[in-house]
Amino acid sequence: MVKLERRPEASQLMSYASPLIAIALMLIGGLLLFTALGKDPIEGFKVFFINPISDSYGISELFLKATPLMLCAIGLAVGFRANVWNIGAEGQLIVGAVAASAVALYFYETESSQFLVLSLMVITGATGGMLWAAIPAFLKTRFDTNEILVSLMLVYVAQLLVSWLVHGPMMDPDGFNFPQSRLFEDSALLPILFEGTRLNLAFGFAVSALLVGYIFMFRSFAGFQMQVAGYAKDAARYAGFSAKRMIWIGMLSGGAMAGLAGMSEVAGPMGQITDHVSNNYGFAAIIVAFVARLNPVGIFFASLLMALLYLGGEQAQQYLALPSSISNVFQGMLLMFLLGSDVLINYRVRWKEAVA
Amino acid sequence: MTSATDDEQGLRLELSGITKIYPAVIANEDVSLAVRRGEIHAVLGENGAGKSTLMKMIYGVTHPDRGGMKWEGQVLKVESPAHARSLGIGMVFQHFSLFETLTVVENVALALPGNPDLAELAAQIIEVSNRYGLPVDPQRLVHALSVGERQRVEIIRCLLQNPKLLIMDEPTSVLTPQAVRKLFDTLRQLAAEGCSILYISHKLDEIQELCHVATVLRDGKVTGHCIPAEETPQSMASLMIGKELPVPEHSVPAEPGDVCLQLNRLSKVSDDPFGTDLQDINIELRGGEILGIAGVSGNGQQELLYALSGEFPVDDANAIVICGHPSGCDMPDRRRRNGMGFVPEERLGRGAVPRMSLTENALLTAHRADMLRHGMIQFERIAAFARKCIADFNVKCGGEEHAANSLSGGNLQKFIMGREILLAPKLLVVAQPTWGVDVGAAAFIRQRLIDLRDEGTAILVISEELEELFEISDRIAVIANGQLSPAKRLADTSIDEIGIWMSGMWEAPATAEAHAHG
Repeated sequence: MVKLERRPEASQLMSYASPLIAIALMLIGGLLLFTALGKDPIEGFKVFFINPISDSYGISELFLKATPLMLCAIGLAVGFRANVWNIGAEGQLIVGAVAASAVALYFYETESSQFLVLSLMVITGATGGMLWAAIPAFLKTRFDTNEILVSLMLVYVAQLLVSWLVHGPMMDPDGFNFPQSRLFEDSALLPILFEGTRLNLAFGFAVSALLVGYIFMFRSFAGFQMQVAGYAKDAARYAGFSAKRMIWIGMLSGGAMAGLAGMSEVAGPMGQITDHVSNNYGFAAIIVAFVARLNPVGIFFASLLMALLYLGGEQAQQYLALPSSISNVFQGMLLMFLLGSDVLINYRVRWKEAVA
Repeated sequence: MTSATDDEQGLRLELSGITKIYPAVIANEDVSLAVRRGEIHAVLGENGAGKSTLMKMIYGVTHPDRGGMKWEGQVLKVESPAHARSLGIGMVFQHFSLFETLTVVENVALALPGNPDLAELAAQIIEVSNRYGLPVDPQRLVHALSVGERQRVEIIRCLLQNPKLLIMDEPTSVLTPQAVRKLFDTLRQLAAEGCSILYISHKLDEIQELCHVATVLRDGKVTGHCIPAEETPQSMASLMIGKELPVPEHSVPAEPGDVCLQLNRLSKVSDDPFGTDLQDINIELRGGEILGIAGVSGNGQQELLYALSGEFPVDDANAIVICGHPSGCDMPDRRRRNGMGFVPEERLGRGAVPRMSLTENALLTAHRADMLRHGMIQFERIAAFARKCIADFNVKCGGEEHAANSLSGGNLQKFIMGREILLAPKLLVVAQPTWGVDVGAAAFIRQRLIDLRDEGTAILVISEELEELFEISDRIAVIANGQLSPAKRLADTSIDEIGIWMSGMWEAPATAEAHAHG
């Protein structure tokens, strides 16, 4: 009989090593998968993990893809540290993108300054995400609903909302009825950081968000309060930290950052809004946050890894004729191996004869 | 230690050379012990002396690295608690091993082999609980039980299995004196029937009264054997801690200061269907005095503490007046700003965050002592505060960066007590100040409370240990069924009277009013 037995003390070292172990296992799993699909595993590995970043343009694309992941993950991590489980960053990202797009389209052909339009887009994007996150926060604090379910269900509402908008009010009047908005004017597009790439100012937002997140988590008293709530709810109540305030901070930070990520997508690589505004970034960011152990430095690197899985998936589709869902398979393997390693950090496996 | 002349048949349990080494510490070193049939055998030792580890090995929870065990003359190895129970070994843990989401009867059923009929088992529980004076409702959920009630469940669970050896780890700390008498009668009766009992306690007078022989442990080693009846509590304490026990000095109370806590007909319907409703509780507590509240656990102490601390505020602001501020509706931080300090019963998880360092745990309540600037934590200041707390309160630990859960219960309690006292409260509310704390630390904590009183702080102590309350209180009251008795000056009452009051029988309310305003 196999039995899981709680270890007297979990290894601190291993809890930091487990993301690396999970990554290694994911790579091994990937090699096996390629082999099983009849592809040369070494070739597959190369196409998936090496080709996307073999030149400077590829690397810029990696950072571009990592940007919304960093933004969503840092916002979520603030809440996750206090056990506020916002699973709906995907929906908050969409609503942020919608709000920012509304600004961009409102100022279409008004010759307004880029600074004005972009600033307003940043503000409305973040606010849109916050409003969407405020719904589960309000229901949680007022009626003690489960924020996991409510935030998750609102993802689907947001998807239907954006779908309706791009088929209706926001549809490009000259767009031959394609479900997409007009292309934004330059004044509504984020400036490019390096000529010849698509990497834009949003990456600066993301790095700043990680820095602010780091200071908030490890230096501020509010961040300390949230960590206490995450570790020991009764101790937080004993100390008089307001549980409702933490729910609000946790949900709204996730919503604001997801909304900003949505804005940076429509004002960045997309340049318009369509009903495919998100690439599951909001969900992938949950994996990023956990692989990163809810740590901003970790989030930086985990986002790059996750971005590589996205790019590798596109390459695999192109050169190995594998379906695009290969990216999801890798993401899933990563999360599963991480959770598996975490179980083995806290428990050990014992093979036992059943005791009569 | 067993000589060859001992009658092998008379020995129920024999340990020889038991050694258990944990990565950081040697828990037991070469421990030998023999328990006869029908013997009540005390195991004495301070916290961290290795008593619990030794008992866990007998019960099969952990296994010794070296050494052997004989059970009824047979050499064997106890594989697991289930194995131990099948041999006839029962154990009442100091830290309860009950599932909180299950009822009492379900918890008991889990420890029994097979699939017992729950209704039948419930009847058995009621029978045993009546017989041994351990009242408990089999259908209640364990999470709704107080510490004392949970312990009763543990004891009943063992007794149901008719054990040959019963291990009791600090069993009496939450019982009334009358219930302790009853338990002792039970244990003596069990011993007379041939059951052996291993009795771990730090209450020396109890050991003296109950136990036939005692083995003393210090730092994991056996430091002596004695016959408690031939010793004094003082001589046993010095065997145990290796030095004389300090006796707290209790000076004459100073002139009482301002009223620091006033409860005006505090009533609260408990949120918990199995909780105790508070009814019309009146308290007037002045600076420079210690009011002790005695009572059997589960009589409204938890509810009263939650209402006092503000963790669960009440509806009427004027029901609780802290240092002149109507505070009934305030959250805990507001009450602290008004001068209150609070030491809860649960240290890990409520008074301190287990995984956080002592520095961070100091921040938990000390943040208002100028530890923040623009919302940012002043780490140097808070670390200095934690170091002062560790030094002033004699906290044995690796340093302020070590996690709270690396400390023993007594040392963590000293740290939490120190944190609250260093914040210079005008009113300090303390629950179970020395629960599970070794005698040395307990004496220290009591002395610090008395010192604080002498500096003019008003102190409310809620404890289930009567001796403790009689040692430190100026006045004493009893909580029973959610009602509070009048408070009596220590000189005007006795342990016997308070013991009777603990079952809810005190004078008519008219007298109570007179006392409350007197």
